[in-house]
Amino acid sequence: MARFFRSLRYLLPLALFLILAGFLYRGLSLKPSEVPSPLIGKAAPVFELPTLHDANATFSTSQMKGKVWLFNVWASWCPSCRIEHPAFIELAKRNFVAIVGLNYKDERKDGQLWLRTHGGDPYTYIAFDYEGRVAIDWGVYGAPETFIIDKNGIIQYKHIGPVTYQDLEKIIIPKIKELQG
Amino acid sequence: MIPEIGQLALIIALCLSIIQTFFPLVGAHKGYASWMALTKPVAQGQCVFVALAFVCLTYAFLQDDFSVLYAANHSNSLMPTMYKFAAVWGGHEGSMLLWILFLSLWTVGVTLFSRSIDDQTLARVVGVLGFLSIGFLLFLLLTSNPFERLFPAALDGRDLNPLLQDPGLVIHPPLLYMGYVGFSVAFAFAIAALISGRIDAAWARWSRPWTTAAWAFLTVGIALGSWWAYYELGWGGWWFWDPVENASFLPWIAGTALIHSLAVTDKRGTFRNWTLLLAITVFSLSLLGTFLVRSGVLVSVHAFATDPERGSYILLFLGVVVGGSLALFAWRAPKVGFGGDFKLVSRESMLLTGNVMLSVTCGAVLLGTIYPLIHDAMGMGKLSVGEPYFNAVFFPLMVPVLFLMGVGPIAKWKQAAIPELKARLKWALLAGVIAAIVLPLLMGGGSLLVSFGTLLAGWVIASVFVNIVNRVNSMNSDQSVIVKLAKQPMHFWGMVVAHFGIGIFVLGVTFVKGFEQEKDVRMDVGDTITLSGYTFLFDGVVKVPGPNYEAQRGIIVVSKDDKPFALLQPEKRVYTVQTNPMTEAAIESTFFEQIYVSLGEPVGGGSWSVRLYYKPLVAWIWAGAGFMALGGLLAMTDKRYRLTVRRRNPLKVEKEEGKSGNKSSPAVPAEG
Repeated sequence: MARFFRSLRYLLPLALFLILAGFLYRGLSLKPSEVPSPLIGKAAPVFELPTLHDANATFSTSQMKGKVWLFNVWASWCPSCRIEHPAFIELAKRNFVAIVGLNYKDERKDGQLWLRTHGGDPYTYIAFDYEGRVAIDWGVYGAPETFIIDKNGIIQYKHIGPVTYQDLEKIIIPKIKELQG
Repeated sequence: MIPEIGQLALIIALCLSIIQTFFPLVGAHKGYASWMALTKPVAQGQCVFVALAFVCLTYAFLQDDFSVLYAANHSNSLMPTMYKFAAVWGGHEGSMLLWILFLSLWTVGVTLFSRSIDDQTLARVVGVLGFLSIGFLLFLLLTSNPFERLFPAALDGRDLNPLLQDPGLVIHPPLLYMGYVGFSVAFAFAIAALISGRIDAAWARWSRPWTTAAWAFLTVGIALGSWWAYYELGWGGWWFWDPVENASFLPWIAGTALIHSLAVTDKRGTFRNWTLLLAITVFSLSLLGTFLVRSGVLVSVHAFATDPERGSYILLFLGVVVGGSLALFAWRAPKVGFGGDFKLVSRESMLLTGNVMLSVTCGAVLLGTIYPLIHDAMGMGKLSVGEPYFNAVFFPLMVPVLFLMGVGPIAKWKQAAIPELKARLKWALLAGVIAAIVLPLLMGGGSLLVSFGTLLAGWVIASVFVNIVNRVNSMNSDQSVIVKLAKQPMHFWGMVVAHFGIGIFVLGVTFVKGFEQEKDVRMDVGDTITLSGYTFLFDGVVKVPGPNYEAQRGIIVVSKDDKPFALLQPEKRVYTVQTNPMTEAAIESTFFEQIYVSLGEPVGGGSWSVRLYYKPLVAWIWAGAGFMALGGLLAMTDKRYRLTVRRRNPLKVEKEEGKSGNKSSPAVPAEG
């Protein structure tokens, strides 16, 4: 009996591998960069915040009424935001959709400097969310995250992680064009 | 026409690999000498056809044949020839073909350098490698055919990802793959041993040079990748714990454990089942790495060329290969046993402890890498595991490993005496302590952590020299020191050089962490900034056209103590086809220091944002890796691996000896 249990030890690597393989199999059907947000199809949370560039000016979601807009959560401390930044600059050049930035848990001067040193400011407005309260309302896991909001203020799409050129061309722009009608 | 020849060559190679698996394996089992005689010619033939396919694909790239879909997606007529060549493995299909080419090259290597191996073992090893070939060739032909045509042909190609257009990236993937694939040889030896039930010193001696070679390639491959990330991404970091980096680091850690475990099995005949398990694990981790990179289950900066269909295939293959070999292990290993015994204080026990620590480290890194996936699969939501986790688990686990690295090689086999070890190593400890006090002071202070890192590095380096002195003194003859040194075997020099490399590496990491300086500044033409005694004068930015990009080149004059030191020209490039901006950092190194400048963005009026770094000993990180790989190469050349091994009391599970074997062949060892 003791010997039987001793030889069971040798099954341990196989057992561990099978558990791992199970998770990997499950992982294939999950898409790490696409998170089903409970907010999709719901009204975008309303807020009013000071802007990044001017503490006395404010941005309010009511300004976007009747427009299709892109909402991008970013911060100067977020390395992935550097990856997606050129894509937004490209999008801004085409000038057909408003890009609203949410500068998330950042220092004002860091955020401003970051824009200057990373290729410019593609945002139509940037709201300054120092405490990250608004981000909580929007169900943000971490920066960067990007939302598309339609003319009726409904969230239609959410992208987690950096937006690449490919995402831009294949998903985001077609989605915006479709919503703009 | 040429692409079709390539396609046909792949199909022929697949047929040959089926023959290469079936006849040698069954022949070895049944003892049919004529079936086993197919081993070498079939394996070599398979390699010829894979190489032909590779040449055909390369031809399509060099000739700008954009009727080949893969070439149209990854090349461009304006690209310099070197990058057209590198673009062959710049995407998924071509890199898998390169994988297969290397697999068949390693197999041919085994058939060529097999004089000391008996026919039966050789047939089994090559048969197992043939099975792996079948898997990958099917994968290529079924899910990722590199020769697929595009009709009508594209006018020009979509260009290679600019990130990959870099001399470092031309050779980084081939070296990495040589390492990954090379571990398949150790794996095949382990499976052959499990099938035959003969696991002894001779078996370990056969596997050792192959494992060491693969490990050395992997070391250089990882180091090059890290170097590339360092200067190409422009963030001044050299390791990011990215899932794909981890995918290459996991087999490296396990491979390091395997090398040491094999040494014990070779010298002492012990650690048998542990060595077998490690050999299977290392290759499994290489396959897992392929899966993680190709399937897109994890978010990574390398996540190009992902496709769930490919992911399912690799997972299936992974299940068959890894599941099958671990099942074989569970069945056969209990009879193999661990092998000879040893005392609590002995070289064996230290190597075992070190091995366990490395395995735990490997497990912790693996857990961190796939934790986001597990978390998600359990329905607990998305998250990412970052640098803080890896740093928190990795560094503490490395401390005992580095300590044991000093003691282990000096301790005696079987049983070592603590007083003797103390007497020998007190000098190494003293050297470490002096280094820990003096070196940070030279840099103008430092933290406790810096001193501790320096202590470990000093300890490792000094113990290497203690070991050499010890070896020389223990030789009873009145020959000169030079003669005595020359008499040391190459595997000893290999170990010494590799351990020295670890010490250099640790010192580099410690100093960069402790003393690097960074400035993110806005510079107008004519502005000067001083950082760590270096003065940087910004002389503006000029436009420079490249072959397939436009570059903005910054001119920065660096001086030290009012004397000119270097002219640095960092670039910001925009590649014409894919329009991605790329940074090219400018770097000037001395033996001890490095100045690193990367160009940010124009901030108006001719001024630019510029990132300046001062990094002491950073080059030692890669130099350390270079020494490690050099150590591996030296160890491989040891004469003992080329001598015919006499099997002493082979451990048998089954009585099948004597049934087979081509007795007239000179390759058969005396008792094989």
